[in-house]
Parts: sequence; C-alpha cells; structure tokens
Amino acid sequence: MNRIQALLSAIRKEASQPVRLMEVCGGHTHSIRKFGLPGLLPDTVCLLSGPGCPVCVTHTGFIDQAIHLARNYPVIITTFGDLIRVPGSGESLETARAKGADIRIVLSPLQALNIADIETKKQIVFLGIGFETTAPSVAATIKLALERGTGNFSVLSAHKIMPPAMDAIVNQQSRIDGFICPGHVSTITGSGIFEFLSKDYGIPCVISGFEASDILESILMLIRQITKNEPKVEIQYRRAVRREGNQKAVRIMNEVFIVRDDWWRGLGIIPKSGLIPGGMYAGFNTLQRFNVPEFPDTGSRGCRCGDVLRGLITPRECKLYGRTCTPDSPAGACMVSSEGACQVYYRYQT
Amino acid sequence: MCLSIPAKVISINGNMAIVQIGGLMIQACLDLVEDIHEGDYALIHTGFIIQKISDEEAAETTRLIREIGNSNDLP
Repeated sequence: MNRIQALLSAIRKEASQPVRLMEVCGGHTHSIRKFGLPGLLPDTVCLLSGPGCPVCVTHTGFIDQAIHLARNYPVIITTFGDLIRVPGSGESLETARAKGADIRIVLSPLQALNIADIETKKQIVFLGIGFETTAPSVAATIKLALERGTGNFSVLSAHKIMPPAMDAIVNQQSRIDGFICPGHVSTITGSGIFEFLSKDYGIPCVISGFEASDILESILMLIRQITKNEPKVEIQYRRAVRREGNQKAVRIMNEVFIVRDDWWRGLGIIPKSGLIPGGMYAGFNTLQRFNVPEFPDTGSRGCRCGDVLRGLITPRECKLYGRTCTPDSPAGACMVSSEGACQVYYRYQT
Repeated sequence: MCLSIPAKVISINGNMAIVQIGGLMIQACLDLVEDIHEGDYALIHTGFIIQKISDEEAAETTRLIREIGNSNDLP
C-alpha cells in the first residue's frame, strides 16, 4: 500500500463524524482539485475554499487605478502575470495594454526595479499583490530602491495579511471545524500567527504542504485533533515551515510596511489587514506620488465570487459559472486566477 | 500566487545567486535569508530565496511530486 492509499484508509476509518474543513490558500484549492481528492475522501469530510487567492480578493478599483495611472501619467505599470486578465469595472490590464497602455509582466519585483534603472524618464509603478509570502520580496525591493536612490519606482499596494481575514471568516461563517493553513505564508511567518484560532475559537489548525499526500496527511491530523477535542496548531509541512518562520523576512516586511484597514472581496473592510509602505518608505507608495481617484468596487452583475470566497457556495451554485463566466471570458476574479476556486472547478470539472 | 519551488544554489555574487530549478538557471536575491552557501537547497518565490531547506527536504518534495506522477512539474 502506498502512502496515499494508507492515508485515505486511515481517514475513512477515523472520519466517523461530519467535518467541515477550510483550505485557506488558493494553492491548496488548486492541488485538491488537480489531484481529485474530494472524490477519494469519505462523504463525512467536506472541504471548503477560503479567501487565500490574492488576485481573487483584490478590489476592481485597484485595477481601475492602475489603468488610470497608465492612461494619464508617463508611467509604466509592472505586474505579476496573475493580475493581467482580472476585470476592472470596465476593462482589464490586458485590454488596456492592447489599446496602448505600457503594462509589462514581471516575475519578480526586482525586474520592475531594473526597468526603473533603464527607463529613467518614466515612473515605474509595481502592482503589489500577495500575502505574507510575497510582501517581504516587495519590501526588500523597496529597501533596495531607497539604497540605490531610485526615484522613479513606487508600489501601488494591495498587499494583505492572512490572520485578520481568517478571524473575519470565523466570525461570518456558520461553522468551520478545522483549517488547512497556508504553507508558504507560514514559511515566512512561522506557526504562531494561527495560535489565536485554536486558543480563542477552539479550531484545529494544520499547516500543510501542497502535494496530495501532504494534504491528506493534514486532513488526517485535523480529524485526529477534532476527535480528541484538542485544538492546536500543528505543522505537517515540516520541509518548508519552522515554528519561528523566517525572522529576517518578517523584520524587513515590518520595517517597510505599515498595516491599514483594507477591503477584501466577499469579506468587506477588515481592520488592519492590508499593508502599505510607511515611515521612511512612505514615499514609495504610488498614491503619494500621483493624484489617483478612488474607484468603487463594482464587481460583475450576478457574480458571486464573494460568496465563493467565504465558502458559502461552491462555484457551480453561481448562475454565471460555465455559462457567461469561463476562463476564456471571466466575469469574476475567481475565474481568472489558476488558484481561484471557480477556475479550478472549471478546469478539473470536479 | 504563494507558490514557492525548491532550487539548488549554484553560485553567489554579492546579494544575488544563480539557482537551478530542473534544467533552468535563474537569478534569485539573497536579501531575505541568512547563511546561504553554494550547493545549498532553498525555496524560491518571486525572485527571492525565502527559506533554506536541507538536501533531504528538497529530495522529499521532489519525491512527492514524482509519486503523484507529475514529472513535468519537477523542480
């Protein structure tokens, strides 16, 4: 019997009572559907997708601000490819680029900084999205920009942190029996950021890796915690996560960014859940350099991304899913990202 | 989005390293980690090394990816 069969056998044996487990990270949502795990698990184990896809929770107004900048100022917008097809209120970065806006895809914020060194007559705006995994890389890039004296680089930040969103989910959601916690967020932060969930709310947490056997082992660990009624934070993904995290990366993130209240699709405004450059780095906030209006979050008519992100419905329960909303022609952000629940469901037809 | 992949550090020049992911060589910045040396394995995210990992840990991740039959995804 291989490891996956052994884990499934143990889960089937031990999952005697119905449990609702939420995978918070979009990477886990992708893996769970890619490997077809829901079809292998007993009916007692229900998996819900959470708000851990940065593209999916980002405001349409953020896309509108980027397009406004590209159209009205001598600016080059640099972005991870993940954002390029996300619909704003009117159009996406991709369609704006097709109409002449200078919008470039980068794989690293350092590439955006390098563009700033070459294109000295233009302002380079990097679209900062991502959770604690990504924010330190952007923070380190801003530090380098300050050290080099690069005056034409700034970050339009929609960076967010996970614990306030998980707190909001617990308070808004009917019932979650356990969290499959994000792996690479925890590589940076360590396991301590989830302690409040087990201590204050009595919810078991397991930090999981991304392979099929990682996720199945995490589910088994959660079931055992639930059965024994001993909620705690355990690390299954020991290959990449230390209890103390990467303290240097956390230090750099905290040095460059300050927290602010931020808006999440589906969850609304969550206090102290967003990050923007602050202190001696505040000048690297794009919004301090340009007069950019606030754009409201419009969303698409009928789109239920917000309910999907809270685990209230599965993508198939949205009337647009598979009809007017497909990966080729997405109505909502959850159909755009390869980690968005809607695209993952559509792609793997699970 | 939060994907990180294991890579081997081939060479280091200042705060930048050349790392190997499968047959691919890419640049990665060392600013977020301490005590990284040539020959080490590490997790790479958006052009930065975010964590040093042991040889066994890198091999374990590679083995798990192989186990599920996704040889195309191999680091």
